[in-house]
Amino acid sequence: MNRALRRRIVNGLFVTACSAATLLALGALALILWSLVGKGIGGLDLAVFTQDQPAPGSPGGLRNAIAGSLMMCGIAMVIAVVVGILAGTWLAEYGGRTPYGHVVRFLNDVLLSAPSILVGLFVYELLVRPFHGFSGYAGAVALAFLATPIVTRTTEDILNLQPNTLREAGMALGASRAFVIRKIIWRAAGAGLLTGGLLGFARISGETAPLLFTSLGNQFFNANMTQPTASLPTTIFQFALSAYDDWQRLAWVGALLIAAAVLTINIIGRFLARETHRS
Amino acid sequence: MTSVAIDRPGGKTRGTGGESFFRAACLAAATLLMAALAGVMVSLAIGGWPAFRQFGFGFLTSSEWNPVTEVYGAAGPIVGTLITSFLALAVALPLAIGVAVFLVEFCPRAFARPVAVAVELLAGIPSIVYGMWGLFVLAPWFAEHVQLPLIMNAEPGSLMDRLFSGIPNGANIFTASLILAIMILPYMSAVFRELFLTVPAQVREAAYGLGCTPFEVVRSVVIPYVRKGMVGVIMLGLGRALGETMAVTFIIGNAHGFPKSLFDSGSTIASTIANEFAEATGEMHTAALMALGLVLFVITFSVLAIARLLLGGRKY
Repeated sequence: MNRALRRRIVNGLFVTACSAATLLALGALALILWSLVGKGIGGLDLAVFTQDQPAPGSPGGLRNAIAGSLMMCGIAMVIAVVVGILAGTWLAEYGGRTPYGHVVRFLNDVLLSAPSILVGLFVYELLVRPFHGFSGYAGAVALAFLATPIVTRTTEDILNLQPNTLREAGMALGASRAFVIRKIIWRAAGAGLLTGGLLGFARISGETAPLLFTSLGNQFFNANMTQPTASLPTTIFQFALSAYDDWQRLAWVGALLIAAAVLTINIIGRFLARETHRS
Repeated sequence: MTSVAIDRPGGKTRGTGGESFFRAACLAAATLLMAALAGVMVSLAIGGWPAFRQFGFGFLTSSEWNPVTEVYGAAGPIVGTLITSFLALAVALPLAIGVAVFLVEFCPRAFARPVAVAVELLAGIPSIVYGMWGLFVLAPWFAEHVQLPLIMNAEPGSLMDRLFSGIPNGANIFTASLILAIMILPYMSAVFRELFLTVPAQVREAAYGLGCTPFEVVRSVVIPYVRKGMVGVIMLGLGRALGETMAVTFIIGNAHGFPKSLFDSGSTIASTIANEFAEATGEMHTAALMALGLVLFVITFSVLAIARLLLGGRKY
């Protein structure tokens, strides 16, 4: 009886501890979102999207940073989707079971969580130093390096889910393997491939570290990506660490924008992924 | 009928023309990924070579970092990186396991999925957001409500005094570790949860059938079943913490040299690179930062490689 009681007490303590851990974790994260919204929403107006970043003390917005971020992320995603889908296809359809395939998959998984600042250093050596200048293209390439492993991984997973009968049916009609992959498998996996792209996009849209010394940042609006280009995260970084109240306020607005964008993209991605599973 | 030719002897089947080209393109893309990782290592090694040549092994053991006299030793940032990462892991690990166990074992069905999704979404919030919160919300609060009282109450010369001394502005090694812990917590819980879900229902139910309490099921059945994977998840979390840049840069205080107490400002490898690289003063400064990057690469690569080997082919 004594022993049964002890077991019940220990179990009760354990359940309490686990519930408390969950409350604590969710509480901390809710606190962060709360201050993010609280400090950011007040400064959110149309000027944020229509005006460029101001000098301290004058009104302004984040247009140049938002535009720069969109341009760099856009180019990065084009690269990442092309390379990632092809690489994922190779892993799923061609060489995934060969020794070389195992090595590629392993290194891709390591790249998934590699420190982004090192990618920045690499691209600095690759594109900034040889061409004597920071540029938006260098930033885009750095971001592409971060998004590609995600697209690759998702592509491989989603292609592996496609039934083999689909492939066999295509080949029985005399189509080549490449034809089957491109016209049948990719189409069947369409929404899943899109999910991979969205997850990659969500990952890079808030990345700061790899842009610090590739695209550098720019206080003016600039559509020429061979020049240093502004981006939302680097501008937030600069403004947040400045001594000016109005810059810090803008930094909070920017942080709110980024967090909202990342959450929205992630939710859309998840929704698409679930739709594919269902069908 | 559309013309999908299947019986043209000697003729080309539709699509075969692209076959070898397509396959080669796929292979090239896969190889490019590998080349990227190799490229990171090679470029860091080349860029950091002058620093290694100049300072030799002392680069890793000296803690003097002085851009004016051009003397660089990386021990301070290396130690700072290891301390913050392990502290963060120590805080986050029990919580992450608790959250995952709660979601898998105890949480009412109706809540389990939304909470799990919320946790996963929070894992995707960019680190700069955590950094800003740390700097503007956590640091002032911490300085006023934790750091000051502790310093006031510590007897001079006691262990407490030595542990808690430092400028009471909230930007120090300890708060940096806290922010890191909050960052890796949702990520680790999400992966732990998926890991716990791989335990077959039969095994779990058999244990319950023998009269085990939920605690005994978790301790004696679930955890032993996924032990290897759990070590992998811990390594993944550690890998994240080691390489995390922005959140730490905001709040660690950015001082070189060894941190003298828990509440002293310090630096990590990543924060040093983020702060100084764009404004590096000379060739040797750049080289020293590159060499730091190589050290970080070697550490994180080993940790992540071990994690992946332990986790096998699972996707996280």
